[in-house]
Amino acid sequence: MAKLDSKVPKGPISEKWTNHKNNIRLVSPANKRQIDVIVVGTGLAGGSAAATLAELGYNVKSFCFQDSPRRAHSIAAQGGINAAKNYQGDGDSIHRLFYDTVKGGDYRSRESNVHRLAEVSANIIDQCVAQGVPFARDYGGLLDNRSFGGVLVSRTFYAKGQTGQQLLLGAYSAMNRQIARGKIKMFNRHEMMDVVLVDGKARGIITRNLINGKIERHSAHAVVIASGGYGNLFFLSTNAMGSNVSATWKIHKKGAYFANPCFTQIHPTCIPVSGDHQSKLTLMSESLRNDGRIWVPKTKEDAQAIREGKLNPTDLSEDKRDYYLERRYPAFGNLVPRDVASRAAKERCDTGFGVNKTGEAVFLDFAAAIVRYGKEKAHLKGLDEDDIKVVNELGKAAVKSKYGNLFQMYEKIVDENPYETPMMIYPAVHYTMGGTWVDYNLMTTIPGCFAIGEANFSDHGANRLGASALMQGLADGYFVLPYTIGDYLADDIRTGAISTDSKEFEEAENDVKQKIESLLKTKGNKTVDYYHKKLGKIIWNKCGMSRNADDLKQAIEEIKILREDFYANVLVPGSSDSFNEPLAKAIRVSDFLELGELFAKDALERKESCGGHFREEHQSKEGEALRDDENFTFVSAWEYKGNPSDAVLHKEQLNYENIELKTRSYK
Amino acid sequence: MKLTLKVWRQKNSKEKGKIESYDIDKISPDMSFLEMMDVLNEKLTIEGLDPVAFDHDCREGICGSCSMFINGEAHGPDRLVTTCQLHMRKFNDGETIYIEPFRAKTFPVIKDLVVDRSSFDRIQHAGGFISVNTSGNTQDANSIPIEKQKADNAFDAATCIGCGACVATCKNSSAMLFVSAKVSQYALLPQGKIEATDRVLNMVKQMDDEGFGNCTNTGACEVECPKGISLENIARLNREFIKAKIKS
Amino acid sequence: MSKVIESSILRKVSMALSGIFLIIFLLQHFIINISSVFSEATFNQLSHFMGTNFIVQFIAQPILILGVLFHFIMGFVLNFQNRNARVEKYVKYKGSANASWISRNMIITGAVVLSFLGLHFYDFWIPEINHKYIEFLPEDPNRYYTELTHKFEDLIKVILYTISFGFLSLHLLHGFSSSFQSLGVNNKFTSTIKLIGKIYAIGIPFGFCFIAIFHYLNN
Repeated sequence: MAKLDSKVPKGPISEKWTNHKNNIRLVSPANKRQIDVIVVGTGLAGGSAAATLAELGYNVKSFCFQDSPRRAHSIAAQGGINAAKNYQGDGDSIHRLFYDTVKGGDYRSRESNVHRLAEVSANIIDQCVAQGVPFARDYGGLLDNRSFGGVLVSRTFYAKGQTGQQLLLGAYSAMNRQIARGKIKMFNRHEMMDVVLVDGKARGIITRNLINGKIERHSAHAVVIASGGYGNLFFLSTNAMGSNVSATWKIHKKGAYFANPCFTQIHPTCIPVSGDHQSKLTLMSESLRNDGRIWVPKTKEDAQAIREGKLNPTDLSEDKRDYYLERRYPAFGNLVPRDVASRAAKERCDTGFGVNKTGEAVFLDFAAAIVRYGKEKAHLKGLDEDDIKVVNELGKAAVKSKYGNLFQMYEKIVDENPYETPMMIYPAVHYTMGGTWVDYNLMTTIPGCFAIGEANFSDHGANRLGASALMQGLADGYFVLPYTIGDYLADDIRTGAISTDSKEFEEAENDVKQKIESLLKTKGNKTVDYYHKKLGKIIWNKCGMSRNADDLKQAIEEIKILREDFYANVLVPGSSDSFNEPLAKAIRVSDFLELGELFAKDALERKESCGGHFREEHQSKEGEALRDDENFTFVSAWEYKGNPSDAVLHKEQLNYENIELKTRSYK
Repeated sequence: MKLTLKVWRQKNSKEKGKIESYDIDKISPDMSFLEMMDVLNEKLTIEGLDPVAFDHDCREGICGSCSMFINGEAHGPDRLVTTCQLHMRKFNDGETIYIEPFRAKTFPVIKDLVVDRSSFDRIQHAGGFISVNTSGNTQDANSIPIEKQKADNAFDAATCIGCGACVATCKNSSAMLFVSAKVSQYALLPQGKIEATDRVLNMVKQMDDEGFGNCTNTGACEVECPKGISLENIARLNREFIKAKIKS
Repeated sequence: MSKVIESSILRKVSMALSGIFLIIFLLQHFIINISSVFSEATFNQLSHFMGTNFIVQFIAQPILILGVLFHFIMGFVLNFQNRNARVEKYVKYKGSANASWISRNMIITGAVVLSFLGLHFYDFWIPEINHKYIEFLPEDPNRYYTELTHKFEDLIKVILYTISFGFLSLHLLHGFSSSFQSLGVNNKFTSTIKLIGKIYAIGIPFGFCFIAIFHYLNN
């Protein structure tokens, strides 16, 4: 247990970070030039970390599997980024952001980390504006805010529905400046295959060049993993097709503990699945819940009629609709946190109120918002507020200016006009709060190996609030890691360049080559996607939003069998020395097949309902989630022991000194 | 739906490629174009043939990875979409579809439909940034108000996803729309003005050195751009460039 | 020439500037020519002035010739470079889906106009130069109108003339507004510029054809 030292500094919560920064060791500018750092991944966390470390003077080697760092999946984040700026004067503060995030995470995150996140949040906005990120502004030229689920203030900064893109391009531009200076060496289309440990310290990685299949060795004094989350474990998720767990899984196998693997965020507003052909799910920003009202019909008969296309939803009168979030949670209404909204949608659909062909969708309706905005605009322009035509026209224009790109995306995918008929939405896997365990310095249990952004077990606990992932990624990369990594690297100023000729590198390289050859040699009869889809179905059905012990035990067995089948019968075409996407995918899926088992095991172990993870055995009389603070206020950190089933659980007890643990209520 | 696909197959950058024909059946109109390609690849793999390589990642039209030239148009016949957002309902049953990589001297083919767009990255290295170091104490984000119209225009330019459809579409393989989008974003913001002169000169120089063609204002790029980046940006690029040349 | 002007944007700016210069010249040319429809005397007067004025002959005329040469040579150079920017061509390329034929084929319309200019030089400019500076024939201030009408006696010539101006019209339909875009003008005036461009691109060539047909019919 000694290994699991979170290294949280002493002192009052609001002074921990400042004191820590004042006391940790620094590396002088002259010595930074002697030190190499590897950063895997170029999303918000990896990109911002690489740029900042290079600005500080370290020699950075940056890796991404995409053809350009700009394509990392952070780019797809839509809604916004939180910061405790209190520009709206609505009572926001660092403490309130801290409190909301801990509460939103259902009290399963580390207080000190979350407070630090809230502290640096304001700096992120300043930094991004200085970089030329075009945030939305009001007519006075100042920054605009919107509000997101689970909070009572407007603290979300945004750039239409493309906030992630704009922030990532900001980080990418900061990287470009360093690439031009020669301080970042960029390796595009390179996938990390393994981490190399020398004397127990992370000293490099083995990569595969995805263009020509070349296995390469890269050394450094520290390795930073910023490879994102593992939502693709579910096959269908809002993640990019290439998003994978391999980098974090590889470090896990070499000694990094994996924390809370079963903490997955299921996002409530995604476009529903339309058929078996589907390769991924598309998210509709949570910001839509600012103006959209969620409902299903009050009666099962109406729901059935809508499913069969006999009844048009717009023809259903108000009294026959069930705005179930507004009914159940009057205080927060449609803006309850993601886990609550998702579970409520699933509950309605499971009971038979679903509204699309598959019965797995609810309505997100903008008709009321269109009328409300229309009347406002009509009033402003001195037009007749009772003229339905005028109001509708003005209202639609107002909604378009706010959500135009999202509405357009919906129409392209579903082929229905959301201005005329309500959108259909359903929850989908979006983000993974679980990840590599890290201490306060963001270092994993492997010395010299750091994990940042979604790749670490992060600051979000059992559930993440909207607009906080972008905040965490950039906080880690711009403002936390660049300080804390110095404390570790201060020991390395005399180490000199790390050789890649050591036997450790050779062994790691040979292992990678062997694994690739064995996958290619199998020449079975089932494609990689076949296995990935099957794994996804097991996880979604048995370890998804609602779980019970029997299902989870079954899932563990099924995944084991599937994994054995994979190694015996997978068909990977092509060769190892060429551009071979199926091969790259096979390697990623083989890691998912191991993680999946640990995922189910972790879920089984957590005998409580927290966040979006509803354990059917643990619910209140009204069917709400029932947390067990007495026995489960800890982080599960799993140590790898050769097989996922042999993994050993270490617990990091979570101490709440500043926030009182309460049953979350959004009523 | 039944379709005949004429797909560009090329083993690697050195070998010559050619069009191969594939028949494919049971395609749902609700599939995206890339999901249709997944079906084709699944079929080819089972038959022991090499699946078609193509770039793709987010599949929601924002990462800019996908890069197919479909029936003579970048990202296919639909407007304001990338290939991943193009749906099969835009095609007719029995149709023959030509699928080629984005073509330009500056976008060499890596394999099949995968091209190397690192020339875009190099243009960004030349000046696609504002030189500000990360620190916890840059000035407050609200200390410089920015006119809403300008902020909105900067945002519109900044939505470029760097997919390369402009280059692929342009009869001259010109990258002006791409370059102008970045130059415009920064030219419209006070933070970007300080380095404006060097930025536009360096980025245009890099663009020329890469070997992109010149702009003849046909406007094809604007039509095919999945993000609807406007030609106004190219005019602004020209203006900024002329200004910079006079200044320097 | 591409070596002299190194940057792609300067090249297109120079195309725009020379183009606008030629547009202005064409307007001036048209005003003189159209006077022939209304008054023989005015036409002769104007032509005599242009033909004998020192500034026009020895400063404006060389600049014009340079402008024409520059516009054509740069046009061909650019076209050559632009074609080279795509080595392997598309098997299927649907240019009409996103850009007008006119904008994509400036090199064709330009080449037709160039060949007409060849004819025009042969027909008008060479005899003029010969008249004035080689054989030093006596200047008759009233010879211009007769020479003009004489040129439009031949039906084939009138038809060629009309076709060429048709192509010039196409060239201008894109070229006029395009040159403003190249110079960086794209703002609230753009729609007005485009409208003026259209009127100019159709009106001026039409006017030239009218003059030709008018004189042909009068003969």
